[in-house]
Amino acid sequence: MTEPIADSATEELLDLTVVVNGVPRHAKAPARRLLSDFLRHDLRLTGTHVGCEHGVCGACTVLVDGQPMRSCLMFAVTAQAHEVTTVEGLGAIDSMGPVQQAFIECHGLQCGFCTPGFLTTITAYLEDHPHPTADEAREAISGNLCRCTGYQNIVKSVLRAAELRAERAGTTT
Amino acid sequence: MSALSERPANPVVGQEIPHEAASLHVTGEALYTDDLAVRTHGILHAHPVQAPHAHARITRLDPSPALEVPGVVRVLTAEDVPGVNDAGVKHDEPLFPSEVMFFGHAVCWVLGETLEAARLGSLAVEVDYEPLPSLVTVHEAIEAGSFQGGQPHMERGDIEAGFAGAAHVYSGEFEFAGQEHFYLETHCSIALVDENGQIFVQSSTQHPTETQDIVAHVLGLPSHAVTVQCLRMGGGFGGKEMQPHGYAAIAALGSTLTGRPVRLRLNRTQDMTMSGKRHGFHAQWRVAFDDTGRLQALDATLTSDGGWSLDLSEPVLARALCHIDNAYWIPNVRVNGRIAKTHKTSQTAFRGFGGPQGMLVIEDILGRCAPQLGIDPIELRSRNFYVDGQSTPYGQPVRHPERVAICWEQVLTTGDVATRKADIAAYNASHEHSKRALAMTPVKFGISFNFTSFNQAGALVHVYKDGSVLITHGGTEMGQGLHTKMLQVAATTLGVPLSTVRLAPTRTDKVPNTSATAASSGADLNGGAVKDACEQIIERLRAVAAGRLGVHPADVRFSDGHVGKVGGGATVPWADLVNQAYFQRIQLWAAGFYRTEGLHWDSSAMHGSPFKYFSYGVAASEVEVDEFTGAYRLRQVDIVHDVGDSLSPLVDIGQVEGAFVQGAGWLTLEDLRWDESDRPSRGRLATQAASTYKLPSFSEMPEVFNVALLERAHEDGAVYGSKAVGEPPLMLAFSVREALREAAAAFGPAGTSVDLASPATPEAVFWAVQEARGGAEPPHMTAMVEGAPGVVPDQPGADAAPLRPRSEQAAQPARAGT
Repeated sequence: MTEPIADSATEELLDLTVVVNGVPRHAKAPARRLLSDFLRHDLRLTGTHVGCEHGVCGACTVLVDGQPMRSCLMFAVTAQAHEVTTVEGLGAIDSMGPVQQAFIECHGLQCGFCTPGFLTTITAYLEDHPHPTADEAREAISGNLCRCTGYQNIVKSVLRAAELRAERAGTTT
Repeated sequence: MSALSERPANPVVGQEIPHEAASLHVTGEALYTDDLAVRTHGILHAHPVQAPHAHARITRLDPSPALEVPGVVRVLTAEDVPGVNDAGVKHDEPLFPSEVMFFGHAVCWVLGETLEAARLGSLAVEVDYEPLPSLVTVHEAIEAGSFQGGQPHMERGDIEAGFAGAAHVYSGEFEFAGQEHFYLETHCSIALVDENGQIFVQSSTQHPTETQDIVAHVLGLPSHAVTVQCLRMGGGFGGKEMQPHGYAAIAALGSTLTGRPVRLRLNRTQDMTMSGKRHGFHAQWRVAFDDTGRLQALDATLTSDGGWSLDLSEPVLARALCHIDNAYWIPNVRVNGRIAKTHKTSQTAFRGFGGPQGMLVIEDILGRCAPQLGIDPIELRSRNFYVDGQSTPYGQPVRHPERVAICWEQVLTTGDVATRKADIAAYNASHEHSKRALAMTPVKFGISFNFTSFNQAGALVHVYKDGSVLITHGGTEMGQGLHTKMLQVAATTLGVPLSTVRLAPTRTDKVPNTSATAASSGADLNGGAVKDACEQIIERLRAVAAGRLGVHPADVRFSDGHVGKVGGGATVPWADLVNQAYFQRIQLWAAGFYRTEGLHWDSSAMHGSPFKYFSYGVAASEVEVDEFTGAYRLRQVDIVHDVGDSLSPLVDIGQVEGAFVQGAGWLTLEDLRWDESDRPSRGRLATQAASTYKLPSFSEMPEVFNVALLERAHEDGAVYGSKAVGEPPLMLAFSVREALREAAAAFGPAGTSVDLASPATPEAVFWAVQEARGGAEPPHMTAMVEGAPGVVPDQPGADAAPLRPRSEQAAQPARAGT
């Protein structure tokens, strides 16, 4: 649960290259730099949040080759040669993805700290399961914790995101 | 309808709008305090040295080996403090202690170029401890007579007469657990020294003014030399009301000594082992009913587990006493309170602030006694509701008591309770190893800070020449939607579209002397202040508009970005009018202020009318319990809750749902365990991670969850007819606990009363099922005793001091040079 920052005085620094949100990003970091810290502190992508720091809460979830991974349980070195997608890569304010849009519409967030982990998890889930039922939506995100919302609006957001996704694809649900 | 509560036509308040920062949150652009660290050049990182004893004297502290560690810049110790070595408002919380008061207490802090360097430095600091005897449980503290602070006493009627004439008297004891806040964002402060020695602190704090006060008194500076800003919090729940100050002070001290920015962010383990939690309580009680089940008397002594220092324990205890009646009329009442001093983290505010603890006592009593009285708990509870004309034990008339009954009836109807009760009976008759139950509980919760002076707020509203509006107010955003509501209030009062108004982060140099964003009062107080500021500007613009439109000022209307006259006709765009006003040299900004009228409270006598109004709600919960494991499912929850005329319905329903789930977590899942053994790890928090401290997740959600806001619920005494929402719905979760009790009891013969531990984890429910089936009293529980006059709870000693009004006041910062 340490969080060494760049220019470590105590550890050998490696040249790391990780493709993040489609762009190869370079930084020097120690071998045991967590991916979450690498994203936040070395690449300054602070949209990825660290909550429990040991893989339980899911706030730090990013997509690695499209699959949700806990970035607090992964070393940055092991993310090399993989494509990482963070919340920043899901869409900007003027080009939001369906999951982002759904969370806004359905009030699927309060303090917002857990939100990036939900967004990445749901984005990956809908890729494989574009038309979930409410029960399936709950199951899909059962590995993420939210301390504010009581989860109801997050389930609604998943269902709404599926609708938006289908609309954008030009199909009907 | 009052001037404060009346809404204009087409108000922006009341509209269902998303959270104001939602688009920032979903794109990762919303910044929390720690996100500023990577944007701050040359920042240092702070790491604590945490003591491995529950109670010990520090006999030697040598920081010099840490300075040998590469990257370590400085070690902060008590000698470095230029002002007062104190992190609290009671002067009982040394920032750098000479005596360790709980396992994990930070004895000094190491600053490093990297967090890793600071961590390695903290391991190199040499500290010698002389372990001392420790008190870890509230029982140990009671036995040792270890108490702190005032001991409030609340009494009404004739307690002995209440018991003497009663048909049924029961006595019991009940000890229940606290709760970890587990805001997803841990404590964090970043401090730097700005131009001319101005200290600038960015802190994840619910109480920027008090953070400012503490930083100032630690540094020996006047308050004007310290500015605190809170962008937003990743959850607060009360855990950042008083606890952030010391961390902010460490960062500020480090920054003044090194001349560099300092970041102090607790990791999750540090946060859980160092910061305060909801108070666990111990209660002794006796209760009297008449032969129809009406409450006649309640005699109780509440002992809260305050931990090592007072923090907010006194006002938390006062609120517990003020809520032991919940929604029930009890003619004769005597309640004593005291705060145990134990060697644990200093327990603090947590959503409800003692109210939930007080109410849990009476709900537990009613749940245990209903079977003994032979009255269905739903009937027993509703039979005891307050009615018009009655007052609380502390003397405040209960206004709108009928709202509980209305909510109750609505839940009975919309939740189809009668049919489901019949279905449950049929299910239970046909299932030997699985039982269901449905329970209903009410909430009545007093809104306002008990301490009258805190019920004030300020706001600053700027209208720029182009018509755009920037507002700031004294409240902080922690996800509860306060900023969203404040934008709606400003847009409503100014008669402009929401998009015209922007909100700037909370800062102590914008709005001074603020109260904590706490007690659910954020929207009431700051909304009043925002409205006041906007009205001042509108009154000035009204004169300009009257001249331009050729109408009487009283006939000018501001609506949806246009200014016109009553009854229609030509209008002027808002921005044009503003621009014209500028050239006429009209002041286009205003400072707003609000104070809640009509409050009075004497904490030494525990008497008065401390609350502006009460919030009401009712919940019905249905559960299913498995006999073999005690595991349970929450099958359905129906809620009707009173938020007045909602300022922002999406926000309010989200608050109700979130609070309910958090309350259910406290009552059924979240199980704080401290090491109570005599091993060297005595006093260590054993549940210091999300893996060992079970938080509510999707798996525990109600399968069906219906939440409705009470209609026709206008509140005269608050901004635009609304009511507070943050805390009250947390206590709707009592219905889950009572349903679990009744489901466990259903494994026994009819009329079985079971004692259910709190939290009612599956393990606790398992033992309750065993008790229902004729087994022993569940572990850590005490059997109820029947018979008059009952077992009299411990009474305060002659030397017990009452609460003093002063004890509720915030610290006065040390003045420069003193």
